[in-house]
Amino acid sequence: MSIGATLRQVGYVNKMFWRNPASAFFTFAFPLMFLVIFTALLGHGTVVIGGRPVHQSTYYVASMGAFAVITACFTNTAISMTFSRDAGVLKRTDGTPLPAGVYFGARVLHAVFVAVLLVVITAAFGRAAYQADIPGGATLLRFLLMLVIGATSFCALGFAITAAIPNFDAAAPIVNAAIMPLLFLSGIFIPLGDNAPAWIVWVARIFPVKHFGDGFQAAFLGTSFAWSDVLVVAGWGLAGLLIAARYFSWEPRS
Amino acid sequence: MESPSRTIEAISVRALSKSYEGVAAVAGIDLSVARGEVFALLGPNGAGKTTTVEILEGYRRRDGGEVSVFGLDPGRDRARLKPLIGIVLQSTGVDRYLTVAETVRMYAGYYPHPRPADEVIDLVGLSAKRNSRVVKLSGGQQRRLDVAVALAGDPELLFLDEPTTGFDPSARHEAWQIVRDLAALGKTVLLTTHYMDEAQQLADRVAVISAGRIVAEGTPDSLAGRDRVRPRVRCRLPGGVAAPEGFAAAPAADGFLEFAPDDLTAALHRLTGWAIDRGVELEGLQIVRPSLEDVYLSLTDPTASGPGEGAAR
Repeated sequence: MSIGATLRQVGYVNKMFWRNPASAFFTFAFPLMFLVIFTALLGHGTVVIGGRPVHQSTYYVASMGAFAVITACFTNTAISMTFSRDAGVLKRTDGTPLPAGVYFGARVLHAVFVAVLLVVITAAFGRAAYQADIPGGATLLRFLLMLVIGATSFCALGFAITAAIPNFDAAAPIVNAAIMPLLFLSGIFIPLGDNAPAWIVWVARIFPVKHFGDGFQAAFLGTSFAWSDVLVVAGWGLAGLLIAARYFSWEPRS
Repeated sequence: MESPSRTIEAISVRALSKSYEGVAAVAGIDLSVARGEVFALLGPNGAGKTTTVEILEGYRRRDGGEVSVFGLDPGRDRARLKPLIGIVLQSTGVDRYLTVAETVRMYAGYYPHPRPADEVIDLVGLSAKRNSRVVKLSGGQQRRLDVAVALAGDPELLFLDEPTTGFDPSARHEAWQIVRDLAALGKTVLLTTHYMDEAQQLADRVAVISAGRIVAEGTPDSLAGRDRVRPRVRCRLPGGVAAPEGFAAAPAADGFLEFAPDDLTAALHRLTGWAIDRGVELEGLQIVRPSLEDVYLSLTDPTASGPGEGAAR
């Protein structure tokens, strides 16, 4: 019954997503655009990861895949939830018998769906343009697990951060200030390689972005897969969920 | 219009209180609303209307007092209460990219026994806009959609928080008709407003709220003894003509002679008889009763001596 309600709600969320063509277009175009730009600028050499040289154009297929998921799940979720909150949509929903879990669950399912679509597109583009390897077999299964857990966790963190966003105007600056430095410090935009400064390596080790990115590298670059990466990402997701459960607001904060 | 189960009131409130950071927004309110009744909570901005209503809806927790909506405590039994009520908030949004029909169907799907979406859309007069995206609706149409969404679950009780604020006159009259149609369906309606005419037009009973307290309650016609107040007779005499005996009074600021006789009929008879005998014209003769607005303004005037007395005397 509540599975049916959740799927029905996913249908509505999906409808709303595609009917805002500008938003949908850039959600998909952004990572591909970055893939092309980064590869053009920095994609001619090799980077040493885990003692193993990797061609940088392939590197960017993996990291832009991770970036796409983080954008779709963390950034978009946080900004669109803040919009719905400030527009009064959440307060209205809170006044109906719809269980909160169904509403959140539908948002997460849809974000994961978009994330998977983004990864498929990024991988296909990477395969066509940069001869990237597409994972298969057990590697693919482990990767899909990381993808789903990561996407869900970044959604939870997206819900959590709305508690720190006072109004919609502040949403994009706050969300970007939270995620952009981490994307750089975690080697998503510029490969860290084995010679990165120690403090950057430590920051990357604490936050979930690098661990998530490593899961993509394991799939696309053949580096070793670490279950600890999945655990760290899931731990952050759980923390996000707890913060959201405690501090999430259904009403505008002012 | 009252349903047979009147024994359980739709809303019952005793000694309700709520403060925000030490400032009392609601300071001891008693209310009762019967099933099938249209009840208006009338008061200026900041009087505590929305706080009261949002406590009843389950959005806010009360500090003290007892609240029951259909026998349920909105603070504790919110999940059981939600299917029974429909809420039109003061300002709300709906997701902009759905159509009117999709929006109503989506919300209807949240309720156990929804009213058919098409019926709801007809009821609020949005049939012609059924397939329009919400973004494309005018302000008045969006407000009607708010009402449609609140009705989608076929609630027993509808909360309307300042439903027509910002409407032009014709949109207000259309909105009023919707409320009358709801009342005709036997729904209980609790509406807040700061418009006198709205309360007068729609409500079976009115409570005036000021500074967190109910200062008067009754039917719109009898509020604060409005129906028992002696009407005043007003007219203007031509220059140089003295008022007849028994009607002598200092003229009002606008030059009108004004008095409140014990026996209106007899007094009018004497006055007009006197005027005909003398060939005097009684300019602008009128009989004035305090309007709901007069009563309201005196009740909610913070400088007035005490509630409930003011303009009624």
